[in-house]
Amino acid sequence: MSQERRPGELNALELARWWWRQLTSMRTALILLFLLAVAAIPGSVVPQRNVDALATTRWQAEHPRLTPIYEWLGLFSVYNSVWFSAIYLLLVISLVGCIVPRTWKYARAFGAPPPPAPRLLTRMPGHTSYTCAQEPREVQAQAAAVLRKRRYRVRPSPAEAEAVEVAAERGHMREVGNLIFHLAILVVLAGFAAGNLFGYRAGVIVLVGGGFANNLTQYDDFAPGSLFDTDWMEPFSFTVDDFQAEWIRSGPAAGQARGFVADLEYRTDPDAEPIRYDLKVNHPLAIGGTEIFLIGHGYAPVITVTDGDGQVAYSGPTVFLPTDQHFRSIGVVKAPDASPAQIGLEGEFYPTYAFTMETGPFSAFGEMLNPVISMLVWTGDLGMDTGLAQSVYVLDKAGVDQVTAEDGSMFRVDLAMGDSIDLPNGLGTVSFDGVERWNRIQISRSPGKFVALGGVSLALLGLMMSLFIRPRRVWVRVRRENDSTVVEVAGLDRSSGGDVTEELDALVALLRPEEKETT
Amino acid sequence: MEWEILGDQAVAVCGVVYFLALVSHSVEWAALRKVPVAVPAGGAPVPEETPQRAAMFGRLGLLLTSLGCAVHLVALVGRGMSADPPRVPWSNMYEFALSGTFFVVLFYLLLRRRYRLDWMAPLMLGFTLTCLMLAVIWLYDPVSPLTEALNSPWLVIHVVSAVMASAIFSLAGIILVLFLIKSRLGARNSGYLARVPEPAVLDRVAYRLHAFAFPIWTFGVLISGPIWAHQAWSSYWSWDPKEVWAFITWVVYAAYLHARTTAGWQGRRAAWIALIGLATLWWSFIGVNFFSTTSQHSYALPEVTSVVELVDRA
Ligand code: HEM
Repeated sequence: MSQERRPGELNALELARWWWRQLTSMRTALILLFLLAVAAIPGSVVPQRNVDALATTRWQAEHPRLTPIYEWLGLFSVYNSVWFSAIYLLLVISLVGCIVPRTWKYARAFGAPPPPAPRLLTRMPGHTSYTCAQEPREVQAQAAAVLRKRRYRVRPSPAEAEAVEVAAERGHMREVGNLIFHLAILVVLAGFAAGNLFGYRAGVIVLVGGGFANNLTQYDDFAPGSLFDTDWMEPFSFTVDDFQAEWIRSGPAAGQARGFVADLEYRTDPDAEPIRYDLKVNHPLAIGGTEIFLIGHGYAPVITVTDGDGQVAYSGPTVFLPTDQHFRSIGVVKAPDASPAQIGLEGEFYPTYAFTMETGPFSAFGEMLNPVISMLVWTGDLGMDTGLAQSVYVLDKAGVDQVTAEDGSMFRVDLAMGDSIDLPNGLGTVSFDGVERWNRIQISRSPGKFVALGGVSLALLGLMMSLFIRPRRVWVRVRRENDSTVVEVAGLDRSSGGDVTEELDALVALLRPEEKETT
Repeated sequence: MEWEILGDQAVAVCGVVYFLALVSHSVEWAALRKVPVAVPAGGAPVPEETPQRAAMFGRLGLLLTSLGCAVHLVALVGRGMSADPPRVPWSNMYEFALSGTFFVVLFYLLLRRRYRLDWMAPLMLGFTLTCLMLAVIWLYDPVSPLTEALNSPWLVIHVVSAVMASAIFSLAGIILVLFLIKSRLGARNSGYLARVPEPAVLDRVAYRLHAFAFPIWTFGVLISGPIWAHQAWSSYWSWDPKEVWAFITWVVYAAYLHARTTAGWQGRRAAWIALIGLATLWWSFIGVNFFSTTSQHSYALPEVTSVVELVDRA
């Protein structure tokens, strides 16, 4: 490589080798590492579909012109994008190309004896010398012993050789650590990839008292890995029998809830015995390879809509989604079967209703002390016959009109629990009968997670070996000069933080005291 | 209640003590200014009393720094004890800053001898005081109990390692800034700078500190963090902005460690990489919380569908 030939003069094989050397050079690794860091940035700025689908949709609605460009660039899923993958794949190739050849080199060096002393010890980064009255061979033996004790691999020059020397080396394990570290990164990537390809992450809202069976149709949202097969889903089921939260009533965190416990009864398959489990935050339940997490809770007011004909057009607990710490929640009721006209309600639920002129209505506390719903009413075509899927939390307002009071003002359904109200124009009646609770349960499979964990732990071990083990070479040369013995000690620290002078001082200190005794 | 008052007062007291330590070290260095740095053989006579005065103020400064550090510890204990139930004092940004500065001082004291860091006392104290002041002014939060998601033994492990690594990286960053200044000035340095060790020494010490902090950071953000995230959020790595920035920080520091062994990248270039690493580190701590709304690690409103307060303010 060092011959200065321009790439144009290389034949195909040489060119390939040239590229390979470039790719596996340390400089390329450095640049790729930087690129990886830079490439990760957009994902922390642009909302990511896999991280927060809702924020992504909102962002896209606000930036209609940028959206197609960003979409094309893959900016809504940076970490699956072609260019991000390209960078880390190159890094992996570079890693392999760098590490494999080194493995052979290390393996050979591992058993090799310490290299002989260079001719000029004074040229070494660390160098010192002293004189004493001992015989050179005596000093040599002593130096070899001292070095062995300090866990050096030692090679004294043979007795018949003219030069009296000791060559010593230690810290081979540093290279091993370095190898382990870099190989472990590959293990981590494999584990991570397995999780992303073969796992899934899904969520469901379950009413307290209600149940769930592990089946695709039961989930509210479901994000499978690209190679996930639904046949792998385990046939468990559970019911949430009870749910408790403890409310903080004073201090700066007043109104926050903690100590959530969902009292679960689950079966690993339909024929299995039921088992009880206290599902808590930070305390998931594992069933086979699937894990179940409690990650949210909220209220589901029980609302009944009786239509103009006196028929019950809608009745039941309706999940409202909290929007703040005090569980001010939003929700929608759709009664497409009401007659004479379809009825839609959209509004808020306040577990502890409060009102000031400045803030308007709000919830003063997360616990249910004064529950109130406040909703607006719409009538017309709710758009539910189009065959398109509709979110249960959104009212399609394209075909509906807002219901107004007789005087033309906005009509509101403001109800405390247990109350009911007649809608204008003989549309019907709405009543607020009670409140149930719901839990948001996250269910996921992350195969390969222990591979990844094992990988990082191994990486940490290798890292510490490669950072803290000091690979050192030390040489001692002894010669007679004008009736006294001159001992030259030189050393080389091959690590990045290398400084060998302290080690040499320590060595000399160990070698010399005996010399003082003899003089 | 008493604990909280104790904690708040201890913060004030340790600020004052650090300030006195800073003054004392300034006097020390001012006194040293008059002394020629290396007395040439048979050269200028050394004024007798100045080094003594310098040594005295140096010792006083060290004493005050240690005292300040002890009071700082009291502040942390007060903070932790005043929560109900008592907990570790690192659950929001204010407490994170309070513990971070504590570790900066503690590690300075612990590593001072081994790496001969005395020269950096005024810089370290200046840095600590500035951070403490900014934390008290901008980040202060009254004591509150842990939110549910934070209530885990992993909080202790994850945050303490992240904070410790940040403190050591910060110390190393200060050293590298001095390294850059000194190596730019070459031989033309005087006064305080002349007392700062040679660039080669600074470079080596900074490297050792980075090598010390990097595994701790790896453990904190790439091992204990994911384990905890898996328990609390059901996914050990979800490319949340805080995770992304912790990862970027890690990659940049890995690049620094490589640069140190790559021909053409050593010295100044490597130092710049490490300082970029430090910038990304502080950004992952402060910036992400203030400028990102989607982070599960932020004060952001509960995700509309997930309501158990996943509010990790750290
Ligand atoms: C996934 C990305 C990588 C990470 C996170 C990483 C991290 C590290 C770390 C932390 C060290 C220890 C530094 C030291 O011992 O002083 C190191 C050393 C090393 N890395 Fe990497 N590395 C990566 C990729 C690569 C690649 C692609 C190559 C090959 C070109 C490479 C080659 C080396 C070598 C040769 C050393 C030993 C340096 C020495 O002799 O001190 N690394 N790496």
